[in-house]
Amino acid sequence: MSGRVLVGVKRVIDYAVKIRVKPDHSGVVTDGVKHSMNPFCEIAVEEAVKLKEKKLMKEVVVVSCGPQQSQETIRTALAMGADRGIHVEVSGKDYETLGPLQVSKILAALAKKEDAQLIILGKQAIDDDCNQTGQMTAALLDWPQGTFASEVSLEKDGIKVVREIDGGLETIKISTPAVLTADLRLNTPRYATLPNIMKAKKKKIANVKPADLGVDLTSRLEVLRVDEPPQRQAGMKVETVDDLVSKLKDAGKV
Amino acid sequence: MALREGSRRLKLLFRLRHLPQLSRFVSVRSVSENVSSKSSPSETADDHLIYTPEHFALKEALRKIIDQEINPYVDQWEADGIFPAHKIFKILGNAGFLGVNKPVEYGGLGLDFSYSVAMADELGNIRCGGIPMAIGVQTDMTTPALARFGSDELKKEFLLPSVMGDKVACLGVSEVGAGSDVSSIKTKAVRKGDEYVINGGKMWTTNGTQADWMCLLANTSDGPPHKNKSLICLPMNLPGVHIARKIDKMGMWSSDTAEVFFDDVHVPCKNVIGEEGMGFTYQMLQFQEERLWAVANIVTTMENIIQETIQYTRQRKIFKLPVLYHQTVHFRLAELQTEVELLRSLLYRATALYIKGNDVTKLASMAKLKGGRLARELSDSCLQYWGGMGFTSDVMVSRFYRDSRLLSIGAGADEVMLGIICKFMDTLPRK
Repeated sequence: MSGRVLVGVKRVIDYAVKIRVKPDHSGVVTDGVKHSMNPFCEIAVEEAVKLKEKKLMKEVVVVSCGPQQSQETIRTALAMGADRGIHVEVSGKDYETLGPLQVSKILAALAKKEDAQLIILGKQAIDDDCNQTGQMTAALLDWPQGTFASEVSLEKDGIKVVREIDGGLETIKISTPAVLTADLRLNTPRYATLPNIMKAKKKKIANVKPADLGVDLTSRLEVLRVDEPPQRQAGMKVETVDDLVSKLKDAGKV
Repeated sequence: MALREGSRRLKLLFRLRHLPQLSRFVSVRSVSENVSSKSSPSETADDHLIYTPEHFALKEALRKIIDQEINPYVDQWEADGIFPAHKIFKILGNAGFLGVNKPVEYGGLGLDFSYSVAMADELGNIRCGGIPMAIGVQTDMTTPALARFGSDELKKEFLLPSVMGDKVACLGVSEVGAGSDVSSIKTKAVRKGDEYVINGGKMWTTNGTQADWMCLLANTSDGPPHKNKSLICLPMNLPGVHIARKIDKMGMWSSDTAEVFFDDVHVPCKNVIGEEGMGFTYQMLQFQEERLWAVANIVTTMENIIQETIQYTRQRKIFKLPVLYHQTVHFRLAELQTEVELLRSLLYRATALYIKGNDVTKLASMAKLKGGRLARELSDSCLQYWGGMGFTSDVMVSRFYRDSRLLSIGAGADEVMLGIICKFMDTLPRK
C-alpha cells in the first residue's frame, strides 16, 4: 500500500494552562494564552510518520483549520516528520464558530482533492471534547472508520484496528480508504529534533480558503453562555457503613 | 477531561473574581497562568529582538523533553547528589540539542550563538541549577575550543560523541591552588617522545565522576604563564587518573562535582587541541559565550521564582490579607521584575552584537556580574516572602537560593568581572 495520508491537527490551549472564562461568559480567554498542538493530534501525526517510515505510506500531509497561528502547529507536525502542510484559513467570527461539522466537510473535500488513502485524526480535541470530527468525516466520504485506535496495522486486505471501548478492546478490520482516530495508547509521540525543526522551515505549507473547497462555514450551533463548573462541595467523613447509608438516605440519594 | 486539573482551575477562578476590573488593564498573561506555561509579552515571535519562529520551535521542543524526562526526577536526583548524565545527554543528543552551534560535519547544527542562548533560556525551566550547569559544561565549556581548533581525528574521537550524547565531558581548568588566577595552575604535562606525562590535579570538576573525557588545561612548557599552556583531550579511564572525591556542596546537588588527581598519566601528543602553548588563549576565547549562556539561563529561572512567589503569596494570608496585597511585597516584586527585564535586555543586546561578529567581552562581563548579584538579591527577597515555608526543602525557592549563589563565584567570579569592566573603562591603576 503506497499512498497519501492526511493528518488533521488542531491548535488548542495548552493542557497545562489554567482556563479562565471571559467576563462576558461568551467563551474562554484565548488572547496571550499558551497554545499547542492537541495531544491526540500529536499521536495522530506520530502514527502517520511511523507508517511512512515503515514505507507503508508515501506521503504525510498535515492540515489545520484556523487563523495565522495555526501555521505554527503545522510546523510542529512538519518537524515531527510530515512532508507538507495545508493551512485552511479561518479567522475571526468564522473561527469562533468553527466546529466538527465544518472541519469534517473541509477534511472530506481535501481528502478528495489530495487523493488520500488514509485520514488520521486525534480522537477528540481537549478544548471542546467533541469526539465528532473523525466520525463525521468518514460519513461524508462514505469511508469506513476505526475510532479510538490503540493499535493500527496495515494488511494486504485492509486495516486491522484495535479500538479502546468501554468494555475493553475491540478488533475490527476495515477496507481502505478509511478514517482513523487516535487514542492515548496508540503510540508515544517523538520529540521534534532540532535538525528536523530547522528542516521544517523549508517544507511547504499551502494556503487554502474554505470557499475554495466549496465549504460553507455557517454554524448550526450558537453558544449561549459559558460558565465554570460549580465549586466542588466539601465531603463528609463517616465512621461506619450504617452511618453512610443513613446519611445517603437523609440526602435523598437512596 | 483527564488532561486537565479541574479543581486547580477553580481555585484560580475564585482568586480572579476579586479582580474583575483589572482584567481590562492588566495583561491576561501576568494574572492567570500556571508558571510552566507562562509567556511574557516580550516572548512572542513577532518583533522579538533575537528570536525567530525557529528559536521558539527549539524552545518548545526542548521544553517537552524537560517536562517529560528531567523535571519529574529532579527531586530524586537532588537527593541522590547526582543525575544520570549519560542517559540525559543521550536524550538531548538524539534530539540535536548538544550540538546547536557545533559544525555539521560532527553532528552539530552549525547555528549561530542566538540558538545556544535560546537553549540556555529554556533550560532555566529545569527545577534546579545543577542540571543546566552540567549541560552547559558539555555544550559550551568543554567543546568550543575543540570544535574550532582541534584536528579532524581529535574531533571524531571526542567532539562527535559529545554532540551525539554518547560521551560525557568535563572541564579541567580550576585547581585547588588556582581558580580566578587561571595562569597559576600547576598541573604539568611533560613531553616524553610522542606522549605527554601528566601530573597534578583539578578541582570543581562538574560531571567529573561520570565523565568519559576531560578538556584539560595544563602547563606544557616553561614559558610565560599565558603562553605555556595547552588544552588536551584526556580520556578519564586512563591509568593514573584518580577521582579523589565527589565534593559535598551547599547547592547544585544534582550535579556531581569532583576533585581529580593525575599520577603519571600518559596521553598521546596528538590529543592536544590546536597549537601547543595556545591553551590559555583558546580558553579565554569562549568566555564570552559561557557568560552569556549563564545569564540566559538564570534570567528564566529568576522569572519563574518571581511567578511562583506571586502565586504563593496570593493564596497565603497574613493579618487577614493575602501576603501579596501588602505593599512592601508587590512593590518589591515589581522592583525585582524590573531588574530581570533590564538584565534580559542586556543579554539580547550582547547576543545580537556577538552574532554579528563583534567582541562583547565588556557587555558579557557586565551581564554575568549583574546576573550573579541579582540572583542573590532576588532569591533572598523572595525567600523572605515565603516565610517559614521558604526555609523548608519542600519548595523551589530554597533550592534556588542555594543553587544561584554559585553564579557570583563560578565561571568567572564577580571580582574578575569587575576587573575586566575596569580594564575597558581604563580605570585600573596605571603601571
